[in-house]
Amino acid sequence: MAWTRFGKKKDMPGGLWIKCENCGAMLFRKEFEARHRVCGACSYHFTLPGRERVALTADKGSFKELYTSLRAEDRLGFIDRIPYKDKLKASQSKTGEKDAMIVGTCTIESKPVVLAVMNFAFMGGSMGVVVGEKVTLAIEKALELSLPVVIFCCSGGARMHEGAISLMQMAKTCGALCKLEEAGGFSISVMTHPTTGGVTASFASACDVLLAEPHSLIGFAGPRVIATTIKKELPKGFQRAEFLLEKGQVDRIVPRENMRRELAKLIAYSQDEEVMIADAKESAADSKAKPEKPAAQAAEKKDKSKGKKKHRKDSAAKSSKKGG
Amino acid sequence: MPRPAILAGNENRPVTDVNPKSADNHSRGLVFERPLLEMEEKIEELKRLARTTHLDLNGEIVALQERLKRQTADVYQNLSAWEEVSVARHADRPLTSDYIQMMLDDFTELHGDRLYKDDRAMVTGLASMRGMRFMLIGHRKGKTVKDRLACNFGCAHPEGYRKALAKMRLAEKMKLPIVTFINTPGAYPGIGAEERGQAGAIARNILEMFAIRVPIIVFVIGEGGSGGALGIGVGDRVGILEHSYYSVISPEGCAAILWKSGEKAPEAAEALNLTSAQLLKHGLVDHVIPEPLGGAHRDPQATVEAVAEQIVLWLQELKSMPVETLLAQRHEKFRRMGKPLGKK
Repeated sequence: MAWTRFGKKKDMPGGLWIKCENCGAMLFRKEFEARHRVCGACSYHFTLPGRERVALTADKGSFKELYTSLRAEDRLGFIDRIPYKDKLKASQSKTGEKDAMIVGTCTIESKPVVLAVMNFAFMGGSMGVVVGEKVTLAIEKALELSLPVVIFCCSGGARMHEGAISLMQMAKTCGALCKLEEAGGFSISVMTHPTTGGVTASFASACDVLLAEPHSLIGFAGPRVIATTIKKELPKGFQRAEFLLEKGQVDRIVPRENMRRELAKLIAYSQDEEVMIADAKESAADSKAKPEKPAAQAAEKKDKSKGKKKHRKDSAAKSSKKGG
Repeated sequence: MPRPAILAGNENRPVTDVNPKSADNHSRGLVFERPLLEMEEKIEELKRLARTTHLDLNGEIVALQERLKRQTADVYQNLSAWEEVSVARHADRPLTSDYIQMMLDDFTELHGDRLYKDDRAMVTGLASMRGMRFMLIGHRKGKTVKDRLACNFGCAHPEGYRKALAKMRLAEKMKLPIVTFINTPGAYPGIGAEERGQAGAIARNILEMFAIRVPIIVFVIGEGGSGGALGIGVGDRVGILEHSYYSVISPEGCAAILWKSGEKAPEAAEALNLTSAQLLKHGLVDHVIPEPLGGAHRDPQATVEAVAEQIVLWLQELKSMPVETLLAQRHEKFRRMGKPLGKK
């Protein structure tokens, strides 16, 4: 639920160079942005601003934004060190957005969809009534137009400043997904770095197909909360996309550059349309022999090939200990 | 298992480690209850004196009892949000197990999620009460130290939520309504919980509860801790006991994040609007069940009785409703929660 944990580091300075959070390589900003914020040295996927995500995902000129006038109000009169009202205003002027969610219709490789994209730059992508309502509206629109819905998640969780009202957005969004499910609709959730708290525990995990970007932090509780609770160091790679895949919690890990193609393919399958075989082969080849693996991922692989048995034993022992 | 710091509080952890000013080390008592406890002691003393000396102290005793009543009412009508939280966590507050014992004619517990294990933090089973039968599902905190450890202090793992869902599906098949009791500091934040998909289990429960084709009645009887509470919290009627709370995050967690200090939990509790009256005002619960004077812990029997009556009332009300209407209204109820400003 703690969006502030991730909030500060991601505001990148306007300099010419950027240091990679993962491998420390110095990246030339223009090139880095042209690669959609993926590190050229280690393939680390940085959090992508909402508008850039829309531009990267939708076919050029196809995105028609919906529900643009929805905005939050400070219903509780919430004041911590700064009044929520002021925080909202500051975030609005910083991002030029009304809240942390962008919704619209578009095509992805000519396939019409409803697209919902969370914007982490707005209060850590936290879910208050605007995010909850817009996700719900997006799902309802998909139901109305018989279109698939694609949701890009990126959030620290529910927005504490709206109290239990934001908690209930978890129920609201899942209620809409329930209706979509019953009507035979199709939903894809893409979990990106980071997706935690009430967002993971609601619509992000309740879609039909769950995708994740490489190395994204995805979980229910934040790692720091878990570390303080169990008073132990967390295992390497814990709550990262690769960990979730291994534990059976997501369907696929999809690198950013392949995302459009993968989405289009999944949608084609959902509509029983012909899947572009050439693309499929290419992407299979892609995932087999990728020249640039994220460093952590590559290291983990090495580890495994060295001592596969030992690694397994360890994790089994651990999980049985934690079980109670 | 160590107690999650972020989920703090509840019966075995004096609220004092968070804010020394708001509670004391009195084994059971809360600081705002101290004058009441003193007065109770005084009354007992007078009674003893009357017995041993054969003096007629009746007038004094009755007067003091009247004063105690007035003062208890006064204290309990003016609880701060943080004090409400400490009442919700009070050691003597009736737990799900007390309701099972005190209000049911029969309880046939059903264990296990058929996938991993039987989570003791969640109790599920078939219940009979006053000629009615239903599936009861609730968080279990445990009474004794050993119990509490076994129940993980009411913090369920994914298997707890999956067990709840499995039993709800069974209830649907058996055409039995469902009654759930929420009383958890939150779903457990641990390695195993994450590995086995805590978030996914809660999300699935929330989604599926919209589709369960029998009436669902939800009660918050103590702590309504975030997603862990909502995981069994979608229903046709949601009731909350007067001195319970329901929140997006624990006050301690909120204070640690927004105030950067766990000591600000009282301020966070105030800001979060987590009391029963505030929840009712915002349309997040349907009904607040008044507690006996001085809180549920002063009279568990009366509290349990009030909840039992509400169950009977709601079950009768929902029994005759066509299932399509029931589901439509369930959807509509949560769909309405929290409308933003601006046009669609």
